[in-house]
Amino acid sequence: MKPFAYQAPTTASDAVRQVADDPDAVFLGGGTNLVDHLKLGVARPGALVDVTSLTSAEITERDGGLLIGAGVRNSDLAADPRVRERYPLVAQALLSGASGQLRNMATTGGNPLQRTRCVYFQDVTTPCNKREPGSGCSAIGGYTRYHAILGASEHCVATHPSDLAVALTALDATVHLLGPDGERTVAFGQLHRLPGDRPDKDTVLDHGDLITAIGLPDLPMARRSTYRKVRDRASYAFALVSVAAAVDLDGDAIRDTRIAFGGVAHKPWCATRAEDALRGQTAGVDAFRAAAEAELADAAPLEGIDGGNAFKIPLLTRTLVAVLRELTGVNR
Amino acid sequence: MTGLLEPKAIGTDLRRRDGALKVTGAARYAYEAPVDNAAYAHPVQATIGRGRVTSVDTAAAEALDGVIAVLTHENAERLASTEDAELAVLQSGDVAFRGQVIALVVAETSETARHAADLVTVHYDEQEHDCVLDPDGELYKPDKVNPAFETDTAVGDVAGAMASADVTVEQTYTTAMYHNNPLEPHATTALWQPAGDGGDLTLWDSTQGVHPARSTVAEVFGLAEDQVRVVCPYVGGGFGSKGTPHAHVILAAAAARAVPGRPVKLALTRPQMFALAGYRTPTIQRMQLAANRDGVLSAIAIDVVEQTSRIKEFAEQTGVPTRTMYRAPNRRTTHRLAALDVPVPSWMRAPGECPGMFGPEVAMDELAEALGIDPVELRIRNEPEVDPDTGHPFSSRNLVACLREGAARFGWDERDPRPGVRLRDGWLIGTGVASSVYPVHQMPQSTATIRCEDGRYVVEIGAADLGTGTWTTLAQIAADALAVPVADVQVCIGDTAYPMASVAGGSSGMITWGSAVVEAAHAFREKFGDDPADGDEAEGSVSENPMAERYAMYAFGAQFAEAHVNADTGEIRVPRLLGVFAAGRIVNPRTARSQFQGGMTMGLSMALHETSVMDPRFGHVVNHDLAEYHVATNADVADLQAHWLDEHDDKVNPMGVKGIGEIGIVGTAAAVANAVHHATGVRVRDLPITLDKLLPHLP
Ligand SMILES: Cc1cc2nc3c(=O)[nH]c(=O)nc-3n(C[C@H](O)[C@H](O)[C@H](O)COP(=O)(O)OP(=O)(O)OC[C@H]3O[C@@H](n4cnc5c(N)ncnc54)[C@H](O)[C@@H]3O)c2cc1C
Ligand code: SF4
Repeated sequence: MKPFAYQAPTTASDAVRQVADDPDAVFLGGGTNLVDHLKLGVARPGALVDVTSLTSAEITERDGGLLIGAGVRNSDLAADPRVRERYPLVAQALLSGASGQLRNMATTGGNPLQRTRCVYFQDVTTPCNKREPGSGCSAIGGYTRYHAILGASEHCVATHPSDLAVALTALDATVHLLGPDGERTVAFGQLHRLPGDRPDKDTVLDHGDLITAIGLPDLPMARRSTYRKVRDRASYAFALVSVAAAVDLDGDAIRDTRIAFGGVAHKPWCATRAEDALRGQTAGVDAFRAAAEAELADAAPLEGIDGGNAFKIPLLTRTLVAVLRELTGVNR
Repeated sequence: MTGLLEPKAIGTDLRRRDGALKVTGAARYAYEAPVDNAAYAHPVQATIGRGRVTSVDTAAAEALDGVIAVLTHENAERLASTEDAELAVLQSGDVAFRGQVIALVVAETSETARHAADLVTVHYDEQEHDCVLDPDGELYKPDKVNPAFETDTAVGDVAGAMASADVTVEQTYTTAMYHNNPLEPHATTALWQPAGDGGDLTLWDSTQGVHPARSTVAEVFGLAEDQVRVVCPYVGGGFGSKGTPHAHVILAAAAARAVPGRPVKLALTRPQMFALAGYRTPTIQRMQLAANRDGVLSAIAIDVVEQTSRIKEFAEQTGVPTRTMYRAPNRRTTHRLAALDVPVPSWMRAPGECPGMFGPEVAMDELAEALGIDPVELRIRNEPEVDPDTGHPFSSRNLVACLREGAARFGWDERDPRPGVRLRDGWLIGTGVASSVYPVHQMPQSTATIRCEDGRYVVEIGAADLGTGTWTTLAQIAADALAVPVADVQVCIGDTAYPMASVAGGSSGMITWGSAVVEAAHAFREKFGDDPADGDEAEGSVSENPMAERYAMYAFGAQFAEAHVNADTGEIRVPRLLGVFAAGRIVNPRTARSQFQGGMTMGLSMALHETSVMDPRFGHVVNHDLAEYHVATNADVADLQAHWLDEHDDKVNPMGVKGIGEIGIVGTAAAVANAVHHATGVRVRDLPITLDKLLPHLP
């Protein structure tokens, strides 16, 4: 573990300047991902700039939706009655992740920026293009159970591990940023990247961009929403696949829907093809399955030493069908 | 043998005597040994699977402020004995497996040591490594299997019986590679006092046996045993992985020798434990069962293939339980090993029995299904009168009673045998059963002393408490052997300053140490009567049990599981596990229940979760932390019940106890696999049972 400086500036703009001016500095949120990476040598920053008390720890009403300060802890966000009532998928996504202790530390700003759990990324003795560009991708031909079936490249096949981020993608949330050049917003669905030939870049953020808040839109259908995480044990495991979905029903007709997948791509996967396939349809298992198949038409499973991950295609199909059955109440 | 001890304290559910110390943090573990001015050590591990270190560049590490020494094979002291290749650390540049220690940094702080370890650059002459267990690859027959069983046994003609039987089962089952993963990592604090002839070494080591650890360390360093003291009052779990010293103990001692007079602390990180602290070999079990229409077995055979490391043999006795479980005139068990470029395997809770009761007990379920006979009944029909292996009578064998009691408690009688037909709220539901067995092991040596102090009785023995309850249960045994209230007994364990005690392994602790305590109590009463004076002291040792030659001694059990499989996703949950055990007299129901339940939970974990994923390209386990190597969590365990029969066995020892630390894990995984089959109709023969193995067969 490399020694580092710890800095605790008193304003967000100071924090942004300290990081923007120092290529070796990084923001510190709850530290539940970053501190692990310091110990493992995966992250080797020269300075940590603590931002946990510089962004809001409040959840406030804004334009019919909610504005969540980046300093809000995952446990507090999951417990907020407004979130539970108006955006149940957000609370469910949070509670399905990590453990109580971790959620008490983890922040709204840090959670979407946690890095992949790819075992080769986390082990500095194995080549990894994300950690060390150009060194190669050890996952290809290796342990791929938790890896991508959508949007991967020959340079990286990792998945994004955050559950919250999948819910926020489905909701089309807004990321509020403070950068060296001032404030701006990014649509949540645009925050994360596909790996392409730059797997070292998880997001579109520039060095020194601070997440100050995340906005949830005024979206009535989110009241009829859910987050379904499929995993290898009942708690404290990352998703094999997950589905975040909301449905707006008119009788049996699907007026509108929002769907995102987790555990299948380098970013939370916005399932627009499935949404398009469902919009205007009568709810029914065949339509649900067709929507999943449309979204997964280009899925490219990986072989691997532990059986690979081709099972994710039927698993995700079945999970989406189950989720839509539950949300629509239509079982046939 | 004369009658059993009159139980007064024995059988009561006394609270753990060390409980308050542990929950308040006052109990000191090995890494927290109360020493001043400690230095810290951190290992550097090989990043190749096989080859030679050609050079180690330590300059950058040594230049770091706070680094005291960097030990490598070039400058480390020569050990007196290198016979045990796992312990021959830093003796040559040879790399036998990825993760092997090739240098050690000693520094003023653990952070500096860790940082400096990163700065050590190593060059290798790399050779091709082989880490793949392949049943068709190069295999050999070991001389014995752990600890000293015959490698192969054969009676009659299995092939002939298979050819002529009404029904046969012939299948291959596999268990995964498993790591023990106790909560407390392997840790040692070491201090060399330069005074005296060659100095004195004190080790505060997290170990399952202070005396066995001392013997090993003394031999490796060429010291007299009385030059070494090993202290270990508390252990945060071991499950066998702390049963023998691993490389880090020798490293800590060698580091301490490099800074005489200064204590050195070394704790393995979780990922390091996956290469340096032992593990259970993966096993491949080819099973053959032959039976007539009534379910009476005419043949039972198991052929096992498993791995060991190229530098040190450990042959798991996976086929051994099959020798004893069921009656059949034609029988065969074999073990073949592949010697690979992998870390050294070792003991993990119920070596042999744990993996070795997976294949056979699933095969029995398959046979029951093929015959249309209830799986509990099938086992009962094959109950032997005498031990099929030795021909000796059993000192007590209550497998059938366990099966019946368990069936009654579990509600087995209402079971519809058809698989895959119970769908409730989106979950497919099934139940399964398997037998459980564990031998009664008594170690040859252990001594206890009992001394009168201020009217109380102080019992001293170098025994270990791995969280199992020894602090409490030995006091109960001493109290009854002395015929005094348990409050009048003080027990002192976990230090070579006390009389010699055997390892806490093979579920032998209570049997062996307890026998020594009973002998000491008898000697004490004989010498000093019922009204001893302060300072009166007597000693007693365990002695060979003549009955062991004439009787087969085993604990038995029956495990019942209910599995729910999500009809959409294939997710598997086990809401109900129930075990009934016949394991002799239970000294303390509170600590015993926690042993049984802990074992069952570990068996559940083996069934559904645990697997060390070895990447053959690199040669190491890639899911080497507790986020990626899944062990069962609280949420995975729901209604978990352990029961036991009142078993009276006056042949095993004066307390009438059999071991209970390991039997809970035996058979659990098979019961779960059988329940999953009953739920879904899918027979998974390769552990762990994960949803991807069920998904293609779900409706
Ligand atoms: C054992 C384990 C199991 C877990 N299981 C799950 C799970 O099942 N599902 C799940 O979703 N997560 C899981 N997690 C991950 C956990 O949710 C994340 O670690 C956590 O949300 C990260 O938030 P943090 O505030 O601690 O971030 P930090 O660790 O502090 O930071 C993470 C990254 O974000 C950057 N950062 C932090 N705050 C900001 C900000 N305001 N602006 C810009 N950059 C910022 C940091 O520089 C760093 O790069 C698990 C973690 C562990 C250790
Ligand atoms: S999948 Fe991505 S993160 Fe994993 S090894 Fe390949 S490049 Fe690295």
